[in-house]
Parts: sequence; structure tokens; C-alpha cells
Amino acid sequence: MSTGTALDPRTAPPFPIAAARSLEDSQLRKNVRHATDVIQGKRARVVSEMPDWEALRISGEAIRRHTMKHLDEYLRQFEENCARVGGVVHWARDGAEARALVIRLVEEAVENEGPHNSLREVLKIKSMTTEEIQLNQALEFAGIRPYETDLAELIIQLGHDQPSHIVVPALHKNRQQIRELFRKEMDLPELGESPEELAEAARRFLRTRFLRVPIAISGANFLIAETGGVCIVESEGNGRMCLTLPRTLITLAGIDKVLPRFRDLEVLLQTLPRSATGERMNPYNSMWTGVQRADGPKQFHVVLLDNGRTDVLADIEARQTLHCIRCGACQNVCPVYRETGGHAYGSVYAGPIGAILTPQLQRLQHARSLPYASSLCGACYEVCPVKINIPEVLIHLRNKVVRRDTAGLRVLGNPEALAMKAASTIFRSERRFRAAQRLGRLAQRPLERKDAKGEPWVSSLPGFFGGWTATRDLRAMPKQTFREWWENRSRNNRDAKYSAEAPR
Amino acid sequence: MRIALFITCYNDTLFPETGIAVVRVLERLGHEVEFPAGQTCCGQMHYNTGYQDEALPLLPRFVQQFRSAEAVVVPSSSCVAMMREHYPAMARRLEQAGGHDGLSGDVESLLGRIYEFSELLTRRLGLSDVGAYFPHRVAYHPSCHGLRSLGLGDGPLSLLRSVRGIELADLRDAEECCGFGGTFAIKNAAVSSAMLSEKSRAVLDTGAEICTATDNSCLMQINGALHRKRTGVRTMHLAEILACTQAYKNAEGPGGGFP
Amino acid sequence: MSDARTAILRRIVEANSSQGTAEAAAESWELLPRDYSVVSQRSRADVLELLQDRLRDYDAAVVRCEPALLTMTLNATLTAARVHRIGIPQGLQELILPAGFEFVIDEGMSPSELDGLDAVLTGCILAIAETGTLVLQSTIDHGRRALTLVPDVHVCLVRSADVVETVPQAFARLQPTATMPTTFVSGPSATADIEMTRVKGVHGPRFLHVILIHDDAAT
Repeated sequence: MSTGTALDPRTAPPFPIAAARSLEDSQLRKNVRHATDVIQGKRARVVSEMPDWEALRISGEAIRRHTMKHLDEYLRQFEENCARVGGVVHWARDGAEARALVIRLVEEAVENEGPHNSLREVLKIKSMTTEEIQLNQALEFAGIRPYETDLAELIIQLGHDQPSHIVVPALHKNRQQIRELFRKEMDLPELGESPEELAEAARRFLRTRFLRVPIAISGANFLIAETGGVCIVESEGNGRMCLTLPRTLITLAGIDKVLPRFRDLEVLLQTLPRSATGERMNPYNSMWTGVQRADGPKQFHVVLLDNGRTDVLADIEARQTLHCIRCGACQNVCPVYRETGGHAYGSVYAGPIGAILTPQLQRLQHARSLPYASSLCGACYEVCPVKINIPEVLIHLRNKVVRRDTAGLRVLGNPEALAMKAASTIFRSERRFRAAQRLGRLAQRPLERKDAKGEPWVSSLPGFFGGWTATRDLRAMPKQTFREWWENRSRNNRDAKYSAEAPR
Repeated sequence: MRIALFITCYNDTLFPETGIAVVRVLERLGHEVEFPAGQTCCGQMHYNTGYQDEALPLLPRFVQQFRSAEAVVVPSSSCVAMMREHYPAMARRLEQAGGHDGLSGDVESLLGRIYEFSELLTRRLGLSDVGAYFPHRVAYHPSCHGLRSLGLGDGPLSLLRSVRGIELADLRDAEECCGFGGTFAIKNAAVSSAMLSEKSRAVLDTGAEICTATDNSCLMQINGALHRKRTGVRTMHLAEILACTQAYKNAEGPGGGFP
Repeated sequence: MSDARTAILRRIVEANSSQGTAEAAAESWELLPRDYSVVSQRSRADVLELLQDRLRDYDAAVVRCEPALLTMTLNATLTAARVHRIGIPQGLQELILPAGFEFVIDEGMSPSELDGLDAVLTGCILAIAETGTLVLQSTIDHGRRALTLVPDVHVCLVRSADVVETVPQAFARLQPTATMPTTFVSGPSATADIEMTRVKGVHGPRFLHVILIHDDAAT
């Protein structure tokens, strides 16, 4: 059961192209719009109940900023406190190291299980981090079968598909599509299509695995430095299954997941559920520390992952990207995401957070079109529970992309940059600006067409600007600019008409 | 009051009737309007597209043009947002590079006197009724910069509600972006158009004759679709509606005006 | 000490232009703004009412009872739930258990044995009224986590003195036992992964019954 072609920022098409393709899929657009409408509505309701919502956001932002400032200290504390109670902490600089580590740990666990239980299988709880490093493919390549246990991830896995949303990964699928998938992959020819029947089918399909498979891999929502504890936030119960029944648990977590103290959860466990699914509290939160006698796994490993996060940290203006608690509220409110869905972003992190996180994790060598996948409307910033100023980071990244693309002689092969430099030169002088305006009026004459009212419009522009006129008209430049009108009026002295009316 | 008008590069070139309307409204209210002749552009397009170095030189120019103004009015909330959000940092950069001592102070002082057009009326002048008459059904689209960066709130609507004869329609999903986003409209034309189709559908569903906003960038985008589809629904900047009175129906002006 | 560990920590120090220390971190942490609500806004009676409302919002069945009537209430609840074989943690007192049911003490049952139970009966360490949350920790009264997970019906006893109003109040009470395996349960498991329609009970108990025991302290 492979997970198909990974959403890989290194090979994904640039956003404008990927988005244009997604836009052709009317099923996807309808599903995405419906899903995000629903979550937005729920979020608005539960947030409006909280008179201290803004104070929670401010605290959330402060906690996360403080954490990054002392990240090395907190990671050391976490490691020490986790290890003291029997957890084993590993560190991975990049995806390759992390994959190798996890595979080794799984193989050790399989060996420990002995000859009676030598099946090379693992249970998985949904984890964006494991998708970021394409862990499932690596496991399969090593002859280990991963079983996704989140309903949405199960749908994705059975369908050889890719997640399209942080919190609701299969929101691009409707019930008919899911039913077809389950009928085939679970061998249930009579399966109905109501959500209840589909959920029941998934429950039975997975339950046998939960009770049998002795190794599980998870991500983590939060790591608590003070206690060495891990916190997992979920809805379905599959997390609880994977965290308590297997004998070996391997948790993969980005170094940005750490929080200073247990008490800090009181802020984020209020803002995360309300932002992510519009609930006062999600059904299940699990917190544990290391290995507990008589409860849960006997072997517990944590793999701390960098994979570009320290690069993000080093960019002072952009490091707020790491504050993200993966709630997905920015995606639900983003007017761009709501048209294209997640796949267009070419990465497991999509929407506004994806547009800033993915290019940075790729050190701007890939996904360079993502910072431009935004109209800078600011809706994301408004809903972010930890107040990440996403528009500010987008503009900052755009500047970084431009500086790279215009370094040295590169600028000569970059028509956009040349046009921008020319425009800047024009704006720096009023004389040049007026000349450009006159030139523009002249140049547009062949393109002007009069509409039924006799007004001149342009419906077709050449080259780059053709993107506008493909779907929109452009009113032609008027014969007189404002400053020409002003100068005229000043020359003719003010008309009596204009100054007649007395103010109310 | 003597109010300096920063017309903005795109209004000057494409929407002069908006500037004319601003002048009309302010003079009707008894104020004197000035127009510093050397003005060009605030640098937003460059800055937001990533060309910060190219935007930098436009700041000292702007400060020099407007430093002595009692108040500055700008009929474009995105340009005012640009100034409030980025000019301070840009000024610091220029000071560090050398040759612009005191620029940060100048910027701070000037920012306190710059108003988007509806802000000038509602916050600086404390008005909601400016004596306008416009007996038509109108839908108001809150531009993202006005809504979120400037926090214009109910300001523009309070001005519209006081217009005699007007019928204000409720715009569905009003706070959703129209899809313009500056260079986004070209660089991501397909998505921009998809966002626009949601917005234009919402506008058409109101049955309004006119869609208005505080920004011609949004209106250019919205009108782009409304006109292409020959819907008969037009766009007008807020200032142009407020400029209409019983006596004056905006018949003049290079932009054509309302029949 | 691994190469990766050294490298990552070094990169963090470089990014921050400073080496983190416990003292500096602690000092700065104390100064973090916390203007959100931490104390109770409602009366005790309202808090208990709120908890029941929230639980019912989640389709949990909620009944109140005086301590003296606990056994009788349990009997009624278990009967109504149509369960017979009920798992209990070691610490649950025999005193309160009604006759006519088979109570199985969990002494390390395997997952399939747990699967053979109809229901599980536990207490909880506290309940949060604002969010309708029951908090379980692995103690002899609540049992290990698997116990409250595998069976389809969970009957949970909540003492009114253990009900707090807000999440911050809950964390203050949980601080001393912060390292214990802890589960927050807010309603039966759910998914909205299919067309955003909320469906209950994917994994974990589909039926939650809460018995709110009125301590004298609560009135």
C-alpha cells in the first residue's frame, strides 16, 4: 500500500501552473469551499465565546517567541527529562538521517518481538512531519508496511493520494469517492455511502490492526521541556490506540514543537482546538512521559528533527514561521487556498503557512513561487492563534527570492526585474513619470476598443499582461491624467460650480 | 484646513475622476486642497513584489513632497497601509546606509498626518454626512488593506449610510479578498480570476447597480469581470459617490462620470 | 554525544547569537504576558450545570447523584447501557459496585482481552466544565490508558469537588502529576473527515456515561 507520488517541493510544478490545474477540478473546488466554510463557521462561533481570545493569542505568540530564543536550552531540558524516565532521544539533522534512524529503530523493535511476531509492520498516527520527510516510502523500500490509522490518512493511503489540508487531509474527497475506495480496498462491495457507514467500515478495518501490531510511529503536537513529556492532540482515538497498545513507540518531532513548561499547554490547548476544528476541546489529548510501568509502550523513542528549521531560526525576520502550532486556521480562511486546495502548493504544508514554511525549509532553492501564492489580504494573520504575521514574512521572502534572481548578471535575463528597475527609475522623477504616462496613452491606442457606451476599453494585452485580459477587461487610460486636470483647473482658475455648495 | 492630496500613481493615470471627486468633496466641505506637483508613487508595487531596494528611493521623495502638509489625504487604503507598515523600517534602512539623517523622525511625524480618504472624513473631521445624494442601489466591498491593515471598520459604511437616496445592499462574504493583490493579479492570473468570480457573483447577487470601495485597485479588478461579462453593473470609488449631490451628478471629468 | 545533536545545538546558538541557559530561560519565562482568564467566573452551581451542558452537547449521558445513592445510580446506568462484563481499575472500591454484573479487575489484560469487555468503569482526576472535559491519569482509580480506550462504553464517575471551570485551573491542579500518562476526554471520538459531517465513534468508546457525584463540598 504505497502512498503514491509524494508531494515534493523539489519536483512540484510552480504554483501558478499547479494552481491553474487544480482550478479545473470543480469537484475539488466545491469540496474545499464547503469544508472550509464549515470549519470557518464553527471556529467563529467558539472564538466569539472567549472574551480573552486576544489575550490568549498574545500569550501564545510570546510563549513561542520565547521558546525559539531559548531553543537549545529547552531541547536539552526535554532530552534530559525524557531520558530520565526511560525515553530514548535521538537527533536528526535532515530527512535522510531521520529516515535511517526510524528504520533502524523499527528493525530493532521487530527483532525484539521475536520469531512469533516477525511481521514487519508499523501503525502510524497522522504526522505532517513524517510526510515532510517522506517516511512511508522509505519504510516500504525497507520492506516495512506502514498502516495509516487516521481516517483521512487511511483514505489518502488507500487512494495513493496526497494530503491537501493540515487538519482535514482528505477534504478534497467526497463520500462517493471514499465509498468507492473502501469498497475496493476493504473488499466491501455492499458498502453504503453515508459518513456513518464509512466511518464504521474504517473502524472495523483498523481495529484488528490496533489489537495486533506491536510497533507504532507518531508525530507530536508538543514536547514539554520541563517534564520531558509529549502531547498529542486528536479526534478519532486512533492516536490513543497507537500510543498505548503497541510495545514500541517512535515519535518523530520537529525541534520547533517544544514548549517550555507544562503550564504553557493551558494557552495552546485553548487556542488550538478552537482554531483547528472549531471545538472547545478536541475529543482526545494524550500526554505522557518516557516509559511508564504497566501503562503503554515498553520502548519509547523520540527523534528530534531539524531539516531546515535552524535555517529558518537564523532568519530573524522570518523565524516566527516556526511558531506555528499546525492548526490549519490560515488555510481555512485563505481565499487562494479556498480556490486551489492544498495540492497546488506542492508540499505537505499548504496554504499561507505552507507558502512561508516550505520555501524556507528548502532554503529557497525550491518552492520559490510559493511566497507569491498570495494576494496579501491578511486574513491568515487575523486568525492565527499565535499571531504569525504571515503577510510580513511573505514580503520578506519575496525580497529574498528577488535578490537571488537579480544577483549580478542574472538580472539581465530577468524581464520582470528589468521592468521593475525601469519603473523605479520612472517613479523617481516626475518628468519621467509624465512622459511614461504619455507613452502609455499612445501605446494603448491600437489596443482600445469602444464598448456599447462608447467608452474605450482594452480586452487584449500582449505577453505577460495577457494574464489580466484573459478573463478581465481593462478600462483604457483616460485622455487626461489627474495632474493634467489639476493644472488645467489652476490655469483657468477655479470654476464657480466647485466652491458653491456650503458644507452641512 | 489645507489638505495635501497624494493622488497615487495608478489613480493619477487610470482613475483621475476619483481625484476630482476627492477635490470636490473636500472643497464642498470648506477645505483647501493642495497638490504637490512632484509626487509620483509610494513604492508599494515594488516593495510588495520583493523589489525593496527599488522602492527605497521613493520614500525620501515622498517625505520631501509632503513634509509641510497640515494633513495628507490618500484615496487608496493599500498605499496608506504601505506607508504605515513599511515606511518606518525603510527609513531606518536608509539612515543606516547613510545620507538620510533624521528621516525616521520625519516619517514618524508625517505618518501621524496621513489619512486614507474615508479616514480623513470620519476620524480626522468627525463626519458621516458630507451632503451627498445618490439615489441608487449600491454594494460596498471592504478592501483588505482598508479592513485589516487600517482598521477602517464601519467608517466607509457610515459615510455611505448618510448618503441621501442611497440603497445599501448586503454583500455576501464581503470580507473575502477580490483577488487583485497587486502583481498577484498577473503572476497568478488564474487564481486571481477564480477569486474574482466569487466576488463578482456576490456583487451580482445583491442586485446592486454600483459596487463601491475605498480602493480603485479592487474596483479595477471587480469591474474587469463585470464589464467583460457585460453585466451592466459598474464600479465607482467611494469618493465619487460622495461627490454626487442633488445639484451635481458628476457629469464632468475625464473619466466619463455617471450619466 | 551524537554529531547530529552537537550540530543542531550549535546552529541554534548561532541563530540566536547566544547560548541558552536554564537561568536566562526561567527568568524570561516568568515575564511572559498572561492576561487571559485564569480564575473562575461562575458560581459553583453554575460550573456544575455548565459541565453537564457541555457533556450533553457531546451526546454523553449525564446523571447526578448523592454519594449515598451511587450504587443504585450505577446499577441504573449500567442497565440502561446494556452492558454486563465491565472492566475496572484495581483501585475502584467493591463497596459501590452493584450486583448482577461481572466486574473484571484489570491486571494487565491483553488488547484482545480488553476487546472482550462490554464497558469500562473508572473515576477521573478532574473535569473541566468550560470544555466538557474529563481528565484521566494512570492511577489505581482510573486504570491504565488502554482500559478506557478499547471497550465501547465508558462510565466515568466525577466528584463535584473535582470539577473546575477553566483549562488554566485544570493545569494548575495537574501540575504536581504532570509526568503521569494523562488523557483528556472531551466527548466520544469523532471525525469530520468525510465531507465535514461529524461522525461519532471511530475508535475509542462510542458511548460515554458520566455520573456526577455530589460531594458536600460542592453545595
